[in-house]
Amino acid sequence: MNKIKIIVIIFLLAPLAAFAAEPGMPLDPAPIDSKDNESLQRGAETFVNYCLTCHGASYMRYNRHRDLGYSEPEMLKKLVLTDQKVGDLMLSSMREKEGEQWFGVVPPDLSVTARARGADWLYTYLRAFYRDESTVSGWNNLVFDRVAMPHVLWELQGEQILVTETAGNDGGGKDVQKLHLEVPGTLTTAEYDQYVADLVNYMVYLSEPVANYRKELGIYVMLFLFFMLGLTYALKREYWRDIH
Amino acid sequence: MADTGSSFKIEKEMNSRRRFLVAATTVVGGVATVGVATPFILSMMPSERAKAAGAPVEVDISKLEPGQLLLVEWRGKVVWVLKRTPTMLESLDLLEEEGLLADPDSEKDQQPEYAKNHTRSIKPETLVVEGLCTHLGCSPVFRKDIAPEDLGEDWLGGFFCPCHGSKFDLAGRVYKNLPAPTNLVVPPHTYLSDNLLLIGAESKESA
Amino acid sequence: MSKEKNSIMSWIDKRFPLTANWKAHLTEYYAPKNFNFWYYFGSLAFLVLVNQFITGIFLTMNYKPDAGLAFSSVEYIMRDVDYGWLIRYMHSTGASMFFVVVYLHMFRGMMYGSYRKPRELLWLIGMGIFFVLMSLAFTGYILPWGQMSYWGAQVIVSMFGAIPVIGDTLSHWLLGDFMLSDAALNRFFAYHVVTLPILLLVLVVVHIIALHEVGSNNPDGIEIKANRDPQTNIPVDGIPFHPYYTVKDIFGVIAFLIVFSGIIFFAPEFGGYFLEHNNFIPANTLQTPDHIAPVWYFTPYYSMLRAVTINFLGVDAKLWGVILMAASVIIFAFLPWLDRSPVKSIRYKGPIFKFALAMFVLSFVVLGFLGMKSPTPLYTLLAQIFTFIYFAFFILMPWYSKIDKTKPEPTRVKE
Repeated sequence: MNKIKIIVIIFLLAPLAAFAAEPGMPLDPAPIDSKDNESLQRGAETFVNYCLTCHGASYMRYNRHRDLGYSEPEMLKKLVLTDQKVGDLMLSSMREKEGEQWFGVVPPDLSVTARARGADWLYTYLRAFYRDESTVSGWNNLVFDRVAMPHVLWELQGEQILVTETAGNDGGGKDVQKLHLEVPGTLTTAEYDQYVADLVNYMVYLSEPVANYRKELGIYVMLFLFFMLGLTYALKREYWRDIH
Repeated sequence: MADTGSSFKIEKEMNSRRRFLVAATTVVGGVATVGVATPFILSMMPSERAKAAGAPVEVDISKLEPGQLLLVEWRGKVVWVLKRTPTMLESLDLLEEEGLLADPDSEKDQQPEYAKNHTRSIKPETLVVEGLCTHLGCSPVFRKDIAPEDLGEDWLGGFFCPCHGSKFDLAGRVYKNLPAPTNLVVPPHTYLSDNLLLIGAESKESA
Repeated sequence: MSKEKNSIMSWIDKRFPLTANWKAHLTEYYAPKNFNFWYYFGSLAFLVLVNQFITGIFLTMNYKPDAGLAFSSVEYIMRDVDYGWLIRYMHSTGASMFFVVVYLHMFRGMMYGSYRKPRELLWLIGMGIFFVLMSLAFTGYILPWGQMSYWGAQVIVSMFGAIPVIGDTLSHWLLGDFMLSDAALNRFFAYHVVTLPILLLVLVVVHIIALHEVGSNNPDGIEIKANRDPQTNIPVDGIPFHPYYTVKDIFGVIAFLIVFSGIIFFAPEFGGYFLEHNNFIPANTLQTPDHIAPVWYFTPYYSMLRAVTINFLGVDAKLWGVILMAASVIIFAFLPWLDRSPVKSIRYKGPIFKFALAMFVLSFVVLGFLGMKSPTPLYTLLAQIFTFIYFAFFILMPWYSKIDKTKPEPTRVKE
C-alpha cells in the first residue's frame, strides 16, 4: 500500500512541478498591495490620464471605483474625463480606425491585461522602454521587442538607452544588455518605480475588481465548511459504530 | 423501512446522540443550502449594466412648445413630458365637474407627494407621466383633438389606449368605468434649473 | 402524523414504485463494508456533475454565443452580474475538478479490477461517460472565445483534416465554415448546453443502474453476493448504502468542498492551469500565442499526438499522431478483456502488475507534464519513450497478468 500512496502523492503533486517558470527575460517583482487604496487611487488617476486616451477598459464601469473609496462626485471629477456618465463603461476616447492608422495595430483593451500578462511583467515592461531609432515610434522595449506603443511616460522617466556591457569576473565574460538612463525625467528613478507600481496595482485591481471581496468571502466559507467537516465526521463515526 | 430495521437495528439504536447529530447536520446543511442558493438568486437581479441604463435622465425642455408632447426613455420605458396650454389646463376642471374621472384627486398612490395635486405636476403647465397604461401596459395614444368621432363629444383631449380602450385626461387621470384601474404613474422627477428636467430621481445626489 | 405519511406513501406507491426504488437503491442496496478512501470519487463525480449543471444554467442566462460578444459577455458575468464571478469560477473550477475526480475514480477501478467480470458493461458505460465528458470540456473551453479557446479548438479540429480523403470535407462540416468562426462557436455552444449534457445525464443514470445490478466491487475484489446469510439472504459482508454510505459520502463531500472552495476563492486560475493566462486575451484569428497547450487534463493525450515524428507504413506522421491519440483514450475500454489475472484486486496481484501500474501512472503524469511544455528534442524523446510505456501497459497486459505470481483471494472481506 505504501508504494501506492507514494504514487498518488506524485500524481497529485505533479502539476506543481510545472509551476517552475519557463526561461526568459527575468522580471522584477511588482511591489503592489491590493488593499492600499491610496496607491490604487493614484494608479487609477494615472490610468485615466495616460492609458485611457488610446486604450479602453471597456468591461469596467466608472462607478465600480467605489471599491477604491471614491464617492460618485469624486469619480466624476477625477476619473470621468470625457462627457461619459458615472455608470458608463470606460471606453477609449480614440476610435479603433485611428489607432490602427497611428500605431499599426488597434491598442488592445486593458481590462484584463494584468490577468493575461501578470503584474511582474507589466511592472518590468513599463520601466523597460529605451530609445531605438530603428523603430517607427523611436522607442523599443526590453521585454516586448518592437512594441508598437511609444513610451507614453517618458517625460516622467526620462530617456533610457540600451548598453551592452561585458561582465567581468563573475559574469564569465558574457555580454549583458542593460538599460542606462541617458536623459533624466521629471521623476527620480525611485519615484518613477513607485509611480509605475501604483499603476500596476490599479491594473491588477482592474483585471478582477472582485478579488479582495472574493478572498474575504472565502474565509467565511472555509470556516463554515471546517465546522461542517467536524459535524459530518461525528455523524459518520456515530453510524459506523454499528459496523466496526 | 421497518423491515430493514429488523435486520440492522437502525431504529433501535437511534439513540439521542445519533438523533442530535442527524438534526444538527440537517440544520447546518439547510443553512449551507440557503447560503449557496443566495448568490444564484441574486445573480438574477438587474445587473450593473441594467442599473446604469436605468440611471436618471436629464431632459432639456426649453424648446418644448405649449401643447407639444416629448417622449423620453427612462429604464426602457416611455415617459411623456407634456407642456399644457391654458385651454388644456381648463379641461381638467371641466372633467372634474362632470364627474367622469375615477380618481380625480389622485388618492391612489400613483405619484410622488409633490405631484399629488390638481394638475399632478410640479409646475402646473408641465406634466411628466409614464406613458404606459395602468391596465396591461400598452402605450396610450396622445389625442389632443376635441370631440372626435371615435371618442365622442365628451372628449376634451387626453390619452387613449388602443389596446383595451382606456381613456386618460391631460393630467393622466383615468376615466370611470373603463378597464384601467388607476391614474398613470408619475415617475420621480425634479427641475435642476428652469428648463432642465431630471427624470428618475428627486435630486442629483440621490441619483 | 406517521399514519398520514404512510397513507400518502401508499397512495404514491400504487401509482409509482417510490418505496421500492428507495429500498432497491438506498436502504436495501447492500454495498461491501470495506470501502476505503478511493470509493469517495464516484459520489464526488456526481456532486461535480450537479454543480456543472446548475452553474451552467445560470451562466447561460448571461453568456452570448457570438464571436463578437462572447468574450465581453464572460467579463460582463464576472463584473456586472451580481455574484456572476462566483458562478463562473464554480463552473470553470468544476470542469477541472471533474477530471480530477474522474481520473481518480478510474484509477480506483484499475487498482481493484472493477472492470472485470461481471462489471465489463459498467466499465464500458463509464468509458462512454468519459468520452462525453471530454467532449463537454472541449466544447466548453471554446465558449469564452479567448486566444486559447480559439487556437486550442483550431488544433483539435485540424486533426480531423488528417483523416484521408474525407478529412477536409469533414472538418468543414464540423465547423460550418472554412475556418473556425462564429458558426462553429454557435454550434459548439448548442452541443455544450443541450446535446452533451442530456447524453451525460442518461449515461450516468445507466451507469448507476448497471452498478446496482451487479453490485459494487471492493478493495479485496471479492463478490459479496457469493456469501449470503442463509436466513435473510443478505450478503454477510454487505451493509445498506443508506445510512452507512450516505453519511460517509456526506463527510467526503464536505472534505471535497473544502478543496473546491479553496480553489474558487483563493486561486481560481490555479496558477494558469484551470484558467489559462492567454485566455484573457480575446481570440485573434491572425495571431497564434507564443505557447499553446491544452488544459492540463488533455495534455497526456496531446503529448502522444506530438510524439509521432516519422512517417510509417506509408502513412504520414500527422495521421499517426491522431490515431495514437485516439487509441490512447479508447484503449481503456479494452481493459476487461486484457486483464487475464486470476484475481481482481491489486492487493492479491503479483509484483509485475504492481510495477506495470506504477509505470502507467508515471507515464501518464510525465506525458501530462510534457504536454504543457514547448517541444524540445529532449522532451520529444521523453514523450516517445513514455508513450511506448503507456501502450505497453495495455498491450502486454494479457501476457504479464497471466504469468504474474498472485496471492489467493480471501472469501470474506478483511476487517
